[in-house]
Amino acid sequence: MGNIWNHLKSAPPTAIFGLVVIAVYVFVAFFAPVLTPYGESEIVGAEYEPWGEGFVLGTDNLGRDMLTRLVYGARNTVGIAFATTCLAFLIGGAFGLLATAMGGWVDQILGRIVDVLMAIPTLIFALLILTILGTAIPVLIIVIAVLDSTRVFRLARAVSMNIVVLDFVEAARLRGEGTGWIILREVLPNSMPPLVAEFGLRFCFVFLFISSLSFLGLGLQPPTADWGSMVRDNATLITYGDITPLLPAGAIALLTIGVNFVVDWFLHKTSGLRDEH
Amino acid sequence: MSTSAEQTSNGDLLLEMRGLRIEGQSEGGWQEIVKGVDVTLRRGEVLGLIGESGAGKSTIGIAGMGFARPGCRISGGTIVFDGMDLRAASDEQLRKLRGSRIAYVAQSAAASFNPAHKLIDQYTEAPIQHGIKGRAEAEKDAMDLYRRLRLPDPENIGFRYPHQVSGGQLQRAMTAMAMACRPDLIVFDEPTTALDVTTQIEVLAAIKDVVREFNTAAIYITHDLAVVAQMADRIMVLRYGDLVEEGNARDMLADPQQDYTRQLLSVRSYRKQEAPPDKSEVPLLEVRNVTASYGGTVKVLEDIDLKIGRGRTVAVVGESGSGKSTLARVITGLLPPSEGAVLFDGEELPASYKKRTRNQLRHAQMIYQMPDTALNPRQRISDIIGRPAGFYLGLAGEARETRVRELLEMIELDPDEFIDRFPGELSGGQKQRICIARALAAEPELIICDEVTSALDQLVAEEILKLLQRLQDDLGVTYLFITHDLATVRAISDEVVVMLQGKVVEHGGRQDIFTPPHHQYTDLLLSSVPEMDPDWLDNLLAERAARKARGEAVMESADQ
Repeated sequence: MGNIWNHLKSAPPTAIFGLVVIAVYVFVAFFAPVLTPYGESEIVGAEYEPWGEGFVLGTDNLGRDMLTRLVYGARNTVGIAFATTCLAFLIGGAFGLLATAMGGWVDQILGRIVDVLMAIPTLIFALLILTILGTAIPVLIIVIAVLDSTRVFRLARAVSMNIVVLDFVEAARLRGEGTGWIILREVLPNSMPPLVAEFGLRFCFVFLFISSLSFLGLGLQPPTADWGSMVRDNATLITYGDITPLLPAGAIALLTIGVNFVVDWFLHKTSGLRDEH
Repeated sequence: MSTSAEQTSNGDLLLEMRGLRIEGQSEGGWQEIVKGVDVTLRRGEVLGLIGESGAGKSTIGIAGMGFARPGCRISGGTIVFDGMDLRAASDEQLRKLRGSRIAYVAQSAAASFNPAHKLIDQYTEAPIQHGIKGRAEAEKDAMDLYRRLRLPDPENIGFRYPHQVSGGQLQRAMTAMAMACRPDLIVFDEPTTALDVTTQIEVLAAIKDVVREFNTAAIYITHDLAVVAQMADRIMVLRYGDLVEEGNARDMLADPQQDYTRQLLSVRSYRKQEAPPDKSEVPLLEVRNVTASYGGTVKVLEDIDLKIGRGRTVAVVGESGSGKSTLARVITGLLPPSEGAVLFDGEELPASYKKRTRNQLRHAQMIYQMPDTALNPRQRISDIIGRPAGFYLGLAGEARETRVRELLEMIELDPDEFIDRFPGELSGGQKQRICIARALAAEPELIICDEVTSALDQLVAEEILKLLQRLQDDLGVTYLFITHDLATVRAISDEVVVMLQGKVVEHGGRQDIFTPPHHQYTDLLLSSVPEMDPDWLDNLLAERAARKARGEAVMESADQ
């Protein structure tokens, strides 16, 4: 514990800012029902009420409380983005490491499948699949995770390629160790830093991707609160010089920046450690 | 020790560093790595800085250019180059100085050249940048220097890319580049450490000539006392950032004052007792008519026959590219041979390690050249050594820990202190000991040692050799020792196999190999090992030239 505290104390202000932002988002997402005055999809007033008494941030196009929707949006958008990223890393990381450890035709086949998936523009591909399969949340998570896992696959493969040629891996092979041991005990622990950094970045991309899908109408479906669709639903207000629709966009931007600050700090720390060896 | 102090009054003083202190950043803040060292250098003088890694010799050499590596800072003392205070100089002033009046030759020329540009383009960069010469003039000058450094085809070699010339040639091209502006001072940072002995000679001779010819002062940094003996007028022996001894090169070699210097001088004198010959009929390992190649048609190994008796140490020696490491890969099964077979205890081993049984794998263990990459940095010592013990011999829990402690004691590391550490917390020599323990944990009959001492400092390397020898005496293991270093061969081998271009050119007992007559190539190898005698290089080159003049065949390094 003391060690973590020491790292935090030496963290640059940007990283501390990022950590605080993430902590606030997580807190808000967890305690959404306690923090909000109304229900998630409860219609509580007239449409487009201005900021003020009763509705701190006004109401939306259906008369739902904006603040409440924003808070629930954190829970939905962030939660789903997190689940999707985890799944993407599980798929991409596992196959990427498998490709390096096995080599040969396993590597070739996996690589070509990924090439095919990556050759199709992600957004269009996602729109296509979601149109066919519908937009239930599990489908959404799996589709985005599979599409994003291609990037993770490439990174995991590239990173572990450099590790798998090192002498200690050769020593393990010559000892007669199986592929499982080589992946889990020899290669994976040494490819963690870049993968963790990528996790942060990937999380942002997934997050933005879900928001854009929602904005286009194929992401999270109403009445679920989601920042992407909230921007779209209230877009008309922008014409009148009202900044309310930009609040969810701002929430997305702030989290993205926060996560990136933390990732930068982490990358800097791990690369610094590498210099010492 | 005081020679330099008297000579500072000379008018030809070029570089003077007084009370130099340099600090390096570590986890607990700044730590002093150079602790108040005085260095003086006159015009045209060659100063040798010698010491083990961590002695601060490179750091001091680079400080002579007014520079400290990232993570280091010059914290005290003065650095005066030709009347100019480098510590007070602005970046702009330093930039003008470096490259034109002070130049640097790095250890790895391959890593220091930009692979995307031709050699001559990189040569002309400094003179043009500093406004000393025009492009055409600089190119002509480059060819002249290439000729002086005895590079083959000096008119055209500059128009090649770095990967198109050999390591020894590249190192000379880098020296030429450093000479481009005719600097007053060149800092050579271990310029021949990465080269084969036969190539090293050419580079040393070329550097020596060209430095003498242009009366350039040089700081020559190395860990090898025999090399510095050839190059330097004066030697400074450093240890832990402090000066141990300083003096005229000849005097110091003839009569070292300090114990540490004496240790360095005697480092190559260790000799093992010859192991008794193997009396059993079947050799432990037999390599029978092995031919191997990497995919293509070029044979890396050709028709190799080799028998290794129990309890013996067989050294396989050759230059880079001779196929000696490939031989190890064939024996371990990493590279299945295209013809021939490997027999262990009279029984033929499957060609690929994947098809060998656990017991077959257990009997032949390997120790690698670079202990840094041979140990998984994320595993604790207890796991690294414990795994083979558990994997092959089924030890677990308490039994496994007892065994790990026993092995740590065998390799002379305190179990309580080391068992829970990570490899990153060990020194190079300690890491290599862990590698030895890992190999021993499998209780093998044969250990293949691939250049196990070449990444280590000489004193540490000697400790490792002695340890290996003690283990052989105690446990009766057989060693196959792959190395390019003849001093190691002389120290530890019972039998020697000399390899050249994938073939065995000579095989015999240590005595036979080291006493004439030799095979021509063995002769070249043996005569190329630097000796402590300061006249050795000059004499050797004179002798080779004389033999050539007499019309006798003289074999030359393939790198020429």
